[in-house]
Amino acid sequence: MGLVDLLKKIEPDKKNSPFLHTLYDGFFTFAYAPNTVTKGGVHMRDGMDLKRLMVHVVLAMQLCYVFGTYNMGHQHFVAAGQYLGFIEGFHLKLVHGLIHMLPIFVVAHVVGLGIEFWFAAKKGHAIEEGFLVSGALIPLIMPPDVPLWILAVAVAFAVIIGKEAFGGTGMNIWNVALLARVFVFFAYPTTIAGDEVWVSGYNTLAEGTQASYTFAHGLFNSLFEFMGVATFQEASTHIVDGYSGATPLALAYQGGWENVTNTFSPAQMFWGTIPGSIGETSKPLIIGGALFLIITKVASWRIMLSMLIGGITMALIFNAWGATPFMEVPWYGQIYMGSFLFAMAFMATDPVTASGTNTGKWIYGFMIGFIGMIVRVLNPAYPEGWMLAILFMNTFAPLIDHYVLEANMSKRMKHA
Amino acid sequence: MNIARRKFAIVFSLVFLSQFSFAQSGNGSSYLIYGLIGIGLLLLVFAVLTLADNLIQIEGQKMGVDSKKHDLGIFPNVTDMFSKKTPQFVNNGEGFKSFSKGFDIKLAGEATGEIKNVQTSRYALKPTDFIGMSPIPKVLVAAGDEVKAGDAIFFDKKRPNIIYTSPVSGEVVEVKRGAKRSIAEIIILADKEISFKEITAPDLATIDRDALKSFFLENGVWAMFNQRPFDIVADEEVVPRDIFISTFSTAPLALDNSIVIKGNEAAFQKGVDALGIMTDGSVHLGLDARGAAPVAGFASCTGVKKNYFSGKHPAGNVGIQIHNTAPIKGSDVVWTLDVQDVITIGKLFTEGKYDASRVIAVGGAQVTEPSIIRTYQGAHVGDLVAGNLSDNKNRIIAGDVLSGKQTTEEDFLGFGNTQISVIREGDDYEAFGWLLPIKPRPSISGTFPNFLYPNHKFEGETNTHGEKRAFVVSGQYESVLPMDIYPQHLMKAIMAGDFERMEGLGINELSEEDLAVCEFVCTSKMPLQSLLREGLDMMRADG
Repeated sequence: MGLVDLLKKIEPDKKNSPFLHTLYDGFFTFAYAPNTVTKGGVHMRDGMDLKRLMVHVVLAMQLCYVFGTYNMGHQHFVAAGQYLGFIEGFHLKLVHGLIHMLPIFVVAHVVGLGIEFWFAAKKGHAIEEGFLVSGALIPLIMPPDVPLWILAVAVAFAVIIGKEAFGGTGMNIWNVALLARVFVFFAYPTTIAGDEVWVSGYNTLAEGTQASYTFAHGLFNSLFEFMGVATFQEASTHIVDGYSGATPLALAYQGGWENVTNTFSPAQMFWGTIPGSIGETSKPLIIGGALFLIITKVASWRIMLSMLIGGITMALIFNAWGATPFMEVPWYGQIYMGSFLFAMAFMATDPVTASGTNTGKWIYGFMIGFIGMIVRVLNPAYPEGWMLAILFMNTFAPLIDHYVLEANMSKRMKHA
Repeated sequence: MNIARRKFAIVFSLVFLSQFSFAQSGNGSSYLIYGLIGIGLLLLVFAVLTLADNLIQIEGQKMGVDSKKHDLGIFPNVTDMFSKKTPQFVNNGEGFKSFSKGFDIKLAGEATGEIKNVQTSRYALKPTDFIGMSPIPKVLVAAGDEVKAGDAIFFDKKRPNIIYTSPVSGEVVEVKRGAKRSIAEIIILADKEISFKEITAPDLATIDRDALKSFFLENGVWAMFNQRPFDIVADEEVVPRDIFISTFSTAPLALDNSIVIKGNEAAFQKGVDALGIMTDGSVHLGLDARGAAPVAGFASCTGVKKNYFSGKHPAGNVGIQIHNTAPIKGSDVVWTLDVQDVITIGKLFTEGKYDASRVIAVGGAQVTEPSIIRTYQGAHVGDLVAGNLSDNKNRIIAGDVLSGKQTTEEDFLGFGNTQISVIREGDDYEAFGWLLPIKPRPSISGTFPNFLYPNHKFEGETNTHGEKRAFVVSGQYESVLPMDIYPQHLMKAIMAGDFERMEGLGINELSEEDLAVCEFVCTSKMPLQSLLREGLDMMRADG
């Protein structure tokens, strides 16, 4: 216990330097589970706390992170017609992915956690763990080339207006990560919509555009030269003829399922070696994460299942309707195109913004699946509906709960 | 395979087969049309089956077949299909409920074996044990007075008819005062041989309710009538709708009441008979259906409505049992009693004395020799656990680890205590304890590998395993509470002081012990029990 004593010695004074104390407390409780004992009420407590809960959500996303990072590099080279095999040019793809991923990750966390710490110090309470998950989710749902200043503004907006204004973790109405994304979507639509934004490292996707490499690429080039392996070649890496960068959803909107399968094989879409938001492309890894969350009882299986049912129901209705090519996309195609599964596993299941009652969860999940599919298929401006559907249902979750509770109350009062 | 499942298979295959009639046709041009035809056919088959089913049942009733015993319908009963099979020992006309919700905290150090008689030197009666009592009750004895077991000690000035009596005979050594001159406890130095005040019990066959009521009020047993709502000493002006007695406890390390009832069967029956007079409704007995048949003392009790319950904690809590047999609605008032209280009441009639002897289970990982002890109400804790604790970092709890009160070796047991639990005080830091716990700990979460060791008995400690946070997780409380109640929303209503919502969401049905397991599992470490008591106090003050 020597280390604990040492750490306790350097504890800043709470009154003189509240910010330092909050910071210290945040890191100390991270390193050591506190020695607090129960007082009044139960004498024993479950081993689960919010830190453990949140970190398990983050753990569930780790494979998506690894894959997303590598896939960024992969898509970069696919656009240039180089290293078309997934494993080919492994070191280049990984390094390129990391060069783009790390700044996004760092900026999201520095801005988000900074604001969180500052508010915690100001309010005089301990740092709450909510941003652990939001901060891990935000990079995964951003386009690979998102400008860092836009990301910083979006995160600040989401954390301040979306969370702290409502009173911090547990009090927010809307999903913080999605709020950051929706901010980018409405304030800077060209950075997050269209065909051009899903491949990193090019200024435009016009034919022949050269890749633009950074200082970091040059640094790694000298390392690679020393090791005698392939290097980043700015001059010879340019967009190949006929490359559009379109995602399956954009293709489906233009010409239905056939148009999609002409460009991407179902296996590609399933395994995720396609352009898209950073973390949402690989379905098996998302499904793995979802199963992990269900088995550890961290996320609600009710929401996941009902959202799946809702999405499939609407997809089947569209199939039967069949007015546009997009409507005729088979339901299973709708499920593994785009970010349906990612939204289902990590976004809709946020316990704070979802319905709080079990009955409410069924309705909430179903409506997300149902409405999200409508937005995806019928909205020409933006062919992905989950972000808007989830934020929309976040808004209505308290109403759903209200009616569930009213039913419960009237059952009890009826016989009064 | 049970009948319900067999029926399900038959109905399912019938409906499924009907699909083949159109599955062959079609070139895939319009799934919508075929889909609609399919749904139409499904409905048709369903309608025919329902009609036929009803006709069979009507015919069956005409022929006088008992529809309860022989279920003639073709449709399976959904609850039958998934619920646990009713055990053999549950007779016709007795209720049976099996709960899937709940959580058993398996702790090491369960008290077993024969009952040991322990005579401690001092006993105390504490006004603070009774919720809602005014802080300075009228004390009828002074230090130095000799009392017998059953002699009046004090009464509440607000409710002067309810007399609280001495559990033992001996000399009153101290009337101890607490903050603001309130009466904390009245300590009695007990005689070696307890002598009892002589009580002439009335004949239950002829007595009316009012006379019995004043008999109970005078003789100290009224304090054992707990009233719901509020879980307080019963209001003497109100006739309870029903009286509920749970004969078993599912709490961690709880006392096994089948040991208590041994030899006291007659007194228990007499007590139940007397309670029957006190209510216009019935006396409900909640019996344990988790394992073997309950002991004869409970199972062959007469004049009661028996309900069997099976499931994890809190299935044995009387509040859960009330909710699942005859819930408290509107202005209903019910009473609840503990088994040992009923025996004490019974002994007023069978032995003509106020026998406040109590069997206490002393258990927990910190107890060297967990044992079952017979003593009297309000016994000195130190005397009961003396020389039986393993080291000095202990949390001694009067009651179970979920809803008991923290106590010390210098303190006395409470009025209703039947249990002492001792666990380790967990006031140490644990490096990355939230992420990589070193010691096993009970949890409902799937993030611990506890499901690999279903029979592991935990030592248990008082560490909070985390800090208090706002409500984040939902559905957690509901998953361990077999009641149609939304605890989290009820708590929010209490925090907001919304009376209508509190009542609507069922605060009147709850007492602290019912929400204790919810508090245990709470990820945000919320103090649910004290919040609930705040809410109950608000409701009570509001009238």
